[in-house]
Amino acid sequence: MTETKQLDPAMAAYWQKLDTRFPQAEAVFADCMAEALASLTTEGVDAYLEAASAIGKLGRGVEPLLAFMEEWPSTAVAVGEAALPAVMDTIRVMQKSPNGRAIDPFIRALAPVARCLQSAEQLQEYLEITLDLMARTTGSIHGHHTTFPSPGLPDFLAQAPNLLRQLTLGGLKNWADYGVRNYHTHPERQKDFFSLQSADSRAVLQRERHGTLLVDVERKLDVYLRALWQDSEHLVPYSTAFDEIRKPIPYYDKLGIRLPDVLDDSDGVRGIDRYRAILAHIVGHRRWSEAQIADNWSPFQRMAVEFFEDCRVDTLLIREYPGMRRLFLALHPNPEEAACDPQTTSCLRHRLAMLSRALLDPDHGYLDADLNDFVARFHTLMTQEITTTEDIAQLALSYVARTRRQSDQLAKVYFDNTVIEYRDDNRQLWKFIEAGDEEEAFDEQRKIEPQEIQGLPPRHYAEWDYHSQSYRPDWVSVYEALHPSGNAADIDRLLQKHAALAKQLKRMLDALKPQDKVRIRYQEEGSELDLDVAIRSLIDYKSGALPDPRINMSHRTNGRSIAVMLLLDLSESLNEKVAGGEQTILELSQEAVSLLAWAIDKLGDPFAIAGFHSNTRHEVRYQHIKGYSEHWNDEVKARLAKMEAGYSTRMGAAMRHAAHYLSAQKADKKLMLILTDGKPSDVDTHDERLLIEDARQAVKELDQQGIFPYCISLDANLKAGDDDYVRHIFGQQYTIIDHIERLPERLPQLFISLTR
Amino acid sequence: MTNKEQYKIQQEPFYQQQTNEVALYEAAYRNRLPVMVKGPTGCGKSRFVEYMAWKLGKPLITVACNEDMTASDLVGRYLLDEGGTRWLDGPLTTAARIGAICYLDEIVEARQDTTVVIHPLTDHRRTLPLDKKGEQIHAHPDFQLVISYNPGYQTLMKDLKQSTKQRFTAFDFDYPDAALETEIVAKETGLDAEIVAKLVKIGNAARNLKGHGLDEGISTRLLVYAATLIKDHVAPRDACRMALVRPITDDADIRETLDHAIDATFA
Repeated sequence: MTETKQLDPAMAAYWQKLDTRFPQAEAVFADCMAEALASLTTEGVDAYLEAASAIGKLGRGVEPLLAFMEEWPSTAVAVGEAALPAVMDTIRVMQKSPNGRAIDPFIRALAPVARCLQSAEQLQEYLEITLDLMARTTGSIHGHHTTFPSPGLPDFLAQAPNLLRQLTLGGLKNWADYGVRNYHTHPERQKDFFSLQSADSRAVLQRERHGTLLVDVERKLDVYLRALWQDSEHLVPYSTAFDEIRKPIPYYDKLGIRLPDVLDDSDGVRGIDRYRAILAHIVGHRRWSEAQIADNWSPFQRMAVEFFEDCRVDTLLIREYPGMRRLFLALHPNPEEAACDPQTTSCLRHRLAMLSRALLDPDHGYLDADLNDFVARFHTLMTQEITTTEDIAQLALSYVARTRRQSDQLAKVYFDNTVIEYRDDNRQLWKFIEAGDEEEAFDEQRKIEPQEIQGLPPRHYAEWDYHSQSYRPDWVSVYEALHPSGNAADIDRLLQKHAALAKQLKRMLDALKPQDKVRIRYQEEGSELDLDVAIRSLIDYKSGALPDPRINMSHRTNGRSIAVMLLLDLSESLNEKVAGGEQTILELSQEAVSLLAWAIDKLGDPFAIAGFHSNTRHEVRYQHIKGYSEHWNDEVKARLAKMEAGYSTRMGAAMRHAAHYLSAQKADKKLMLILTDGKPSDVDTHDERLLIEDARQAVKELDQQGIFPYCISLDANLKAGDDDYVRHIFGQQYTIIDHIERLPERLPQLFISLTR
Repeated sequence: MTNKEQYKIQQEPFYQQQTNEVALYEAAYRNRLPVMVKGPTGCGKSRFVEYMAWKLGKPLITVACNEDMTASDLVGRYLLDEGGTRWLDGPLTTAARIGAICYLDEIVEARQDTTVVIHPLTDHRRTLPLDKKGEQIHAHPDFQLVISYNPGYQTLMKDLKQSTKQRFTAFDFDYPDAALETEIVAKETGLDAEIVAKLVKIGNAARNLKGHGLDEGISTRLLVYAATLIKDHVAPRDACRMALVRPITDDADIRETLDHAIDATFA
């Protein structure tokens, strides 16, 4: 300790107190102490050294100690010194658990986390979330009492600062909860989740983010474009969550307008209004800007042209809607005139940002003579009826010539308060005659091999998780395909077999009452007096003629408006033989569906048939047998004849997908019949209640869409009182067919009685 | 005899000509050709007919058509009296007798069998047979039939029969362009043209949404309402919300967008 002896006695006493022998600690000690002494109270410094000393003695090497010494002073500035005991408690808990390895990342994350949270209470909550996560993911393998460290905790801690920049604490808790709940048995996936590698991790993060999400306001923005600007364009979101270093900037190209996926409220401007400002600015470019040849201009010149052109566009927009000025100015930075020193820094951006402000804001208050001169010249130019990008470019070039400074070349560029967020990156403003040497060749033609398309891309549906009472976003992939075809004559033969039943059904169909109300006049008996006819009859009577006694009117119903979707469970269990019979459930279903389809076709109601089965959440197959626009013809019959069973029953996703088609139908009543032989289940789901609850949730969703779901259960093994799950999913809207042999007869009857 | 004077338009209604429709109408009237006026709601169809009646100095009988209207509502019917029965002319019959312009507003709202009774009046015969009364009315030389309808919310059920359509000459009305509409609303209400121009701008923003969530844009009539409210010292933003946005939509997204348009227009 020769070196320390040369320090002044106070420092030496502090070093004594730290009581460590790591040479690395000695190297940084003086700097850390200087910072600590500057920002902590005397007691705070004592506590700091005491804590550091304790951390140094944990037996985890020098890393945690160094991290703590560096991070704590700035953490204490953000959340107060009083938070130290809670932090130390957390470290002690980690030390006692198998998670000692996480202490280092925990301490390293502390300062940035504290800067996001800004209060001791919030930090306390963050510590609780961390400990809770640790407790729930630290596991022991069943049977062995070996305890394993939490696989996700270090990743979580590494991501925490990044997460807290985008999420509230509540959001962070939900996100962490989701990961723990779904991946606590799967260490690798848990790691993926907490390091933001997996898709659902990002999706849940997206859902929990604060601010205005583009998807939520997309229609509003579309309507905004159409109404105010007579423009319409595809709006494409880009993610702002994962690009920390280079923030993407809005732009537009042939494929659409690219906007950030989420915008927070800022400077008193709501997120939606920030979107509107971006869109308005882009529309302005689309209307009034013309691409300029960039080759002959220097980057500075181009930058100036962009600033001037942006202001021209904004001025024209404000001319169209004067209220835009308030919005633009609220989002526009207002740099202080003296903020940038041209001796040491490149002030180009600062000058241009001030100029841009001054061009839009009549009360800018800047004194610079050049600036005011060009503001005046700009406004003179803008008084012309028509201005072009070229005019403004000339003005911009003379501005550059007038204000150029040697220091603009300096590497240290003044950036603060010069970014105008609502403006796009102006890539449409330039065209290049030759490929430049300073540009990155992002326009280079890439050859994309056309890929053979194998079926439709999957559609993703959320699944309901009853534990957390929330949806798992994009959880299930539904693949849609046309059902393979067989021999249509088989179905005709089946119908032949049930000819007697068909005749009986036909009588019932004829008796089905239509739904719409129509007035019938000239009735002797009716629900209301028809005044016109009554007076006419009275006149006839008084004038001696024979009066018409049909003076009442009544109502009858006319026309049906019912759309039907028949959803068939095609899972493996359908291959079982019916108890005491020769036929399988599948064959009986086939007969029943054929008869029903024939009956509905006779009635003329629009209807569709689809089958589904699933093989884990990644592969739910949804097979079209009949679409709404198809007739009950040989093609449809052929598909029905080929009906096969296999795999499992993930009912919720199939119902949601079927609802997607049914809800597009224009009908007063929409009926979804679900023919199934068992409870929802799948091989990747161990908790059998999960899919039952999901199906129940899907039923609720259908109700909200005005669809009436009805289940026809063929579960032969159901005993009395054992039908709880069907009732749980469908409420009262179900029937259980006990004698499956009678299904062909019962199914059409059931339909008829449902739609009577 | 029916008092002809009661149907006369006493004061000149304000009507701003869009192109040459006044001259065309006069030509049609000179030759007593039946006229059909088409156009979206509140664009000035009825005002035009009123103005022409005033200009030609002819009485105007207006019938607002509805679904429950029967042929006898147009032609007339017997009523009871102390002494027995009495025939009462319907508006169409009255117009044919006294030589008025008969204006059937929103004709498609009436049932198709009803509209057939106008057929004999609209061709060379210019007669109206009253079968119940056993009378054949020969239309007065001044009589003319005018119908209006709005093709905007035309459905399969609400369209005119070809046989009816082909008996009329037709005017196709639409909302006037911004400058003209500004002039119209300013003259009608006496409001400052600068504010009216802003109202028209909002109106046009909404008209851009026709078919994208709105069945019908903001009509000139609503713009007049808004201008009237502003003239009565209502704050422009409130007046626009009340008269322009709230009446036409219940769709929250569209409402918010139009509210934003109001804020953007009234800086």
